Amino acid sequence: MNAGAYWQCLSGIIRREGLRWVHQRGRFVSALVRPLVWLVIFAAGFHFVLGVSISPPYRTYIPYEVYIAPGLAGMIQLFNGMQSSLSMVYDREMGSMRTLMVSPFPRWFLLMGKLLAGVAVSIVQVYIFLAIAWFWNIRPPLTGYVAVLPALVLSGLMLGALGLVLSSFIRQLENFAGVMNFVIFPMFFTSAALYPLWRVQQASLSIYWASEINPFTHAVELIRFALYDAFNPVSALVVCAYLALFLGAAVVGYDPGRGFLARRGGGAE
Amino acid sequence: MSFALRTAALRAALLVSVAAGAMLWAHPACAFRVFVSNEKDNTITVLDGASLKILQTVAVGARPRGIVLSKDGRSLYICTSDADHIEVLDLASLTVTRTLPSNPDPEYMALSVDGKTLYVANEDNSQVSVLDVTKGEITSEIPVGVEPEGMAVSPDGRTVLCTSETTSMAHFIDTVTHQVVASVLVGTRPRFAVFTRDGARVWVSSEVAGTVAVIDTATHRIIKTIRFDLPDVPTAAIQAVGINLSEDGRTAFVDLGPANRVAVVDANDLAIEKYLLVGQRVWHGAFSPDQGTLYVANGISNDMSVIDARALEVTQSVPVGQSPWGIVVAP
Repeated sequence: MNAGAYWQCLSGIIRREGLRWVHQRGRFVSALVRPLVWLVIFAAGFHFVLGVSISPPYRTYIPYEVYIAPGLAGMIQLFNGMQSSLSMVYDREMGSMRTLMVSPFPRWFLLMGKLLAGVAVSIVQVYIFLAIAWFWNIRPPLTGYVAVLPALVLSGLMLGALGLVLSSFIRQLENFAGVMNFVIFPMFFTSAALYPLWRVQQASLSIYWASEINPFTHAVELIRFALYDAFNPVSALVVCAYLALFLGAAVVGYDPGRGFLARRGGGAE
Repeated sequence: MSFALRTAALRAALLVSVAAGAMLWAHPACAFRVFVSNEKDNTITVLDGASLKILQTVAVGARPRGIVLSKDGRSLYICTSDADHIEVLDLASLTVTRTLPSNPDPEYMALSVDGKTLYVANEDNSQVSVLDVTKGEITSEIPVGVEPEGMAVSPDGRTVLCTSETTSMAHFIDTVTHQVVASVLVGTRPRFAVFTRDGARVWVSSEVAGTVAVIDTATHRIIKTIRFDLPDVPTAAIQAVGINLSEDGRTAFVDLGPANRVAVVDANDLAIEKYLLVGQRVWHGAFSPDQGTLYVANGISNDMSVIDARALEVTQSVPVGQSPWGIVVAP
């Protein structure tokens, strides 16, 4: 097989994911409304009226809305990562997964393609969110909108890979509620998305350490720094490490010979 | 590390374009320094105006608050309130070269137009001391209301304005006769006053009332009392103190103390344009020589916020000493 064939396969997967996103209007709207609800309602109620103290990459005091915006961009990607895992379960239940898996391309490539498709969709969503947030006075430097792109790719890949690992565990569509309860919410709340970590540290040391090892914290910090033209090397390394870990687990998980599917007797199809 | 590379490339491109822009403009930027009085650690922090790096921290007398630049720009007069005198800091050597008498508890002062006389508010004994700077002698004492604090000299040099905190009045004092010619009742606890460049109006801030009275200097009547209304901020936290009027007379920046905001006011129609979030308990501010930047001292967060006075945005906050109070920009 040549590169052209690989490209055709990849673009097919991305197109399918894109179409699915556009056609499922509910998903399209909810992906957009969810972070906006947090921004407009939660941030307003939670308002640090006297400003959030300076912590890098911010160089001065900021309103709370400005603080949580990168966390909400991360939330979009977190939900999207989980949603694509949901779509894998759906594909498996509907049988279209089999069509994909019997293709002559290597399994890792198919998974990567699925992952990239999800990341592409999540990045479009984040940019739409940032564009709307601009009207809420969340105005990072223009260069930040460019610098955040590679950060979004990396964090999107990591969260998507986590979704892939989870989807190899989930037997049925209904179990997605469990993912919400046991993955999305804990990850979101024990992270730097809603509160600066120095503040979490003052409140509870154990939650602080949970936040520190939480991959989502580092995805958010990577996005936050990039959005303000800065680079956070620690978060970048942590996100890369988790990405490698999750990808490895996903490839094993989807290997019918030795993965989780095999242990469950060949999946749910 | 493609991300690092991209960010680096982006920065480099930005730097090159900024440098090219700067060369095109070929505007010789005057170097200047920012002086901040820190009332708790008894020092003056000296920062480089461009880099905002601390150049030196100078130890001075107890509780330095009000600071004023001499007319020749070579010295800084410092009210060291708890030392009960005024110190003169030589800006070339950054050493205190002279001590001037002031009567007890000097808090704020204003320099006459010719630069030879300092009018000092003595908070504890309800008077304004008139100090001959050259001789280093107090030549006159003017009784005013209780707890005088804010001091300002009109551009024509004929009037000194003193605000008394407990009496809640702005006293207009004739500089020749040293008599109070008019007293205007303003909001509770007036702390600061500044004349417009044409001398037609004087702005007086009231800390407890959280208002600014704009007074007509010819009729001694209040033209308007500006009230600040910040949604969600408790009214008690809105305490107007320092005021900076831009040289073009268009904009006023009012420091709102524990509301952690600087209010931007249109100086002509006296309407509030915007609130800028700064550090905790903002006291006083000073413009850069080109008027493009305003520096404000945040008393509780121990830092100084830097405001882009044209874009009306806070760009940065940098740590200074403990409890910063007054700010002066000088060569």
